[in-house]
Amino acid sequence: MSARIGIVTFPGSLDDRDAARAVYLGGAEPVALWHDDAQIHGVDAVWLPGGFSYGDALRCGAIARFSQVMDTVKAAAAEGMPVIGVCNGFQVLCESHLLPGALVRNAHLRYRNRPARLRVETDRTAWTSAFAAGTETVFPAKHGEGRYVADEATLDALEREGRVVFRYLDNPNGSMRDIAGVSNEAGNVVGLMPHPEHAVEALTGPSTDGLGLIASVLAHLSEGASR
Amino acid sequence: MARVVVDVMLKSEILDPQGEAVLGALPRLGVTDVASVRIGKRVEIEFDENAQDVEEQSRIIADQLLANPVIENFTVFVEPEAVEAA
Repeated sequence: MSARIGIVTFPGSLDDRDAARAVYLGGAEPVALWHDDAQIHGVDAVWLPGGFSYGDALRCGAIARFSQVMDTVKAAAAEGMPVIGVCNGFQVLCESHLLPGALVRNAHLRYRNRPARLRVETDRTAWTSAFAAGTETVFPAKHGEGRYVADEATLDALEREGRVVFRYLDNPNGSMRDIAGVSNEAGNVVGLMPHPEHAVEALTGPSTDGLGLIASVLAHLSEGASR
Repeated sequence: MARVVVDVMLKSEILDPQGEAVLGALPRLGVTDVASVRIGKRVEIEFDENAQDVEEQSRIIADQLLANPVIENFTVFVEPEAVEAA
């Protein structure tokens, strides 16, 4: 039986359909989850997609944090369930305090959409275990509020603990220390700004590197099942 | 009716590109002696007639929702009740 990966749709989510297709192409079963439903329907992992949840009112991800589904996602993440947040999903994870730091306006104030070259800095997360650390990947970036910030102590801790998961090779937004993605301490929760779900087919993406995230989480889940 | 004003500002160590953009535009107004501009949010909250613990509730609202403590500071100001004309 293939793993079930739940994809949350918030009002204003845009990339939930692409995420579902990426999950399907990666060999898992996508399951639609709804922001206003506390049930996550027995999924094995959760994907928070990109978009503009609740219209980005107040701050990106600030309102989504209080949605019904996020209470359940937070509890599941604490139990070790793999959770990934991409773009707005990353912002939601930071606002929910599942990941440290915050994502603020790009330093140049412009919306930036183009492929981003990223280095996978660690294979020790649920979502990057299928990559070799140091691998270069290309995922489309498309955001106006993607500049990762945190205080120096937090940044130092992230570096020291190997929790910087993706780093920009050409920093598109002024993110501190070129950080594009981070994980929680346990490595089951990962957030990143560029979009692996848009890099799964040669026809439409700049690479098919995004499939590596699905392969990673599938390996992580089957490893857990065999333990 | 209690009125509360919450000011939310980016912490001083966080770059404020909006403020920088405004600063950059000032010379076009002929203003050349400004050292820094920083932009925040002002939130006005009006409580119901009989609301209790207005300041405490406002602090919760500000801390949990209006500001992100990772990047922003806030101040809460409870406006004095208007004195009814006799």
